[in-house]
Amino acid sequence: MRTIAFAVALALAAGLPAAAFAQDEGPSTAEVDAVIEAAFPGLDEEWAARLAPDETMEQCNASANVPSDAVFEEIRARAAGTIVYPDDGVLVGSWENGEKLAQSGYGMRFSDYPPRRENGGNCYACHQLTPQEVSYGTLGPSLMGYGKLRDYSEEAVKAAYEKVYNPHMAFPCSMMPRFGTNGVLTIDQIKDIVALLMDPASPVNR
Amino acid sequence: MQKLMTRKISTVALAGALAAGLALAAAAPPAGAQTDEETQRGLERFRQMLREDPWANPALLDADRGELLWTTAAGPKNATLEDCDLGLGPGVVDGAFAQLPRYFEDAGRVMDVETRILWCMQELQGVDVAAYVKRPHPSGGQPVKDVGAIATWVANRSEGEPFAPVLDDAAGRATVAMGEALFNRRSGPFDFSCATCHSASGQRIRLQELPHLSQPEEAQVAIAEWPAYRVSSTHVMTMQHRMYDCYWQMRMPQLEMGSEASVALIAYLVDKAAGGEIAAPGIKR
Ligand code: HEC
Ligand code: HEC
Repeated sequence: MRTIAFAVALALAAGLPAAAFAQDEGPSTAEVDAVIEAAFPGLDEEWAARLAPDETMEQCNASANVPSDAVFEEIRARAAGTIVYPDDGVLVGSWENGEKLAQSGYGMRFSDYPPRRENGGNCYACHQLTPQEVSYGTLGPSLMGYGKLRDYSEEAVKAAYEKVYNPHMAFPCSMMPRFGTNGVLTIDQIKDIVALLMDPASPVNR
Repeated sequence: MQKLMTRKISTVALAGALAAGLALAAAAPPAGAQTDEETQRGLERFRQMLREDPWANPALLDADRGELLWTTAAGPKNATLEDCDLGLGPGVVDGAFAQLPRYFEDAGRVMDVETRILWCMQELQGVDVAAYVKRPHPSGGQPVKDVGAIATWVANRSEGEPFAPVLDDAAGRATVAMGEALFNRRSGPFDFSCATCHSASGQRIRLQELPHLSQPEEAQVAIAEWPAYRVSSTHVMTMQHRMYDCYWQMRMPQLEMGSEASVALIAYLVDKAAGGEIAAPGIKR
């Protein structure tokens, strides 16, 4: 109540219409969490874990995906700390397999258990990638010519690996899934997807 | 009665036409890329047929089934649903859907149409709601379950009216605020919230257009048609089922029908759609 009165006073002082502030306050995070838990009863531990945002998601939720500068840096640093690189340092696998993974939306839905095949990356759901595939989504930017536009440089290969592994290192509160950090794709699968983006022979670059 | 017969005949004719090859595979996988184009073609044919003959909508068969379920004694108490209060008083169906979701004194909570029908089945007929809620939605090709059929009929009886959900009391406002928080809440292995896919105009997942549901103009058009005949799964899909299916895409567990979260999301969406003209049952991809 006091916060509302204070907000109204502030709004008046700033010459803004008080109505913009005089709304009900939203529910607390604890109230929202409780409603979510009640909506998905009877879960085992692995499934129950999906209900709770981790620290990064908590920060993104709290800021409507526009974190303050300090939180932005915190998210970026945390994301960087989660990235695991291949032991042999080779970041590029097979683009042919990467294309298959980019096409596949299979995996981790409740109808996907027990698993019948490997998880996909579903990149085409959100990105244009190759001229051959016209059924692509537009939630993310077009990635056509991705490697070519970056001269296939070593830094660009590493950055692509990191963006797929955990996009929050480059774009805190990104809308793109954290394929590596969240265990959706394996290191070998991510290498194949990096090849799709960065191999000069890949249809993405031809 | 005359109208009912005509409706049945044209619906049966359309069902035949569909079976004869409108490319609507009964077992279409949800969101399968290969079937997108076929589905799109089927959808366009469908919409055109409906322009020529609105009674050809297969969902109207389910609405008829819903009406029959409403007026037929059933359950351990062997009662009909004719005394069910959908918000405008016991037995009043016309226009009731337009004013849902709303707070119900007797239940002590805000309810959407399906949650309310389920509640009436429990209270008036003595139906075991817990058992019903275990499998509340049909799989591809199966007809919509009983609550959904009744909801289709109830929604149809508000066709042409503007959405005017009763959500301006304290319980309603709290429910809409909860719905908004849930709409924007990210969790699960893909870090999705509803807003990931539904908070901008003109975006697509693959070729499927994604309505901007937090924007009234788009919400009004999209929400108005629910429950809807869904061409890709060849059955009526309800709003509770839609919520369940979007959580499935989000890699979340199975959303409980009638849960507070499900009602809050629907209340949030219908609140956004307020003023939009109800066109239920509609047709969806
Ligand atoms: C839910 C949608 C979604 C999915 C699925 C998705 N992305 Fe993204 N991606 C985005 C968005 C949105 C961005 C823009 C960055 C941002 O602001 O978050 C992005 C950015 C990127 C970038 C960085 C582009 C740049 O500017 O350098 C790369 C590379 C990328 N995605 C690759 C992939 C690959 C490969 C896959 C499949 C494994 C994938 N994405 C799956 C939404 C998605
Ligand atoms: C990964 C993307 C994604 C997320 C996340 C998502 N949806 Fe959807 N939603 C879709 C797609 C795709 C469709 C269209 C489905 C179709 O055409 O079969 C859709 C359809 C809908 C519709 C029907 C729209 C219409 O045109 O009538 C509603 C309502 C809806 N979603 C609500 C939600 C809510 C609420 C949430 C969060 C609980 C949510 N969605 C999360 C992708 C998503």
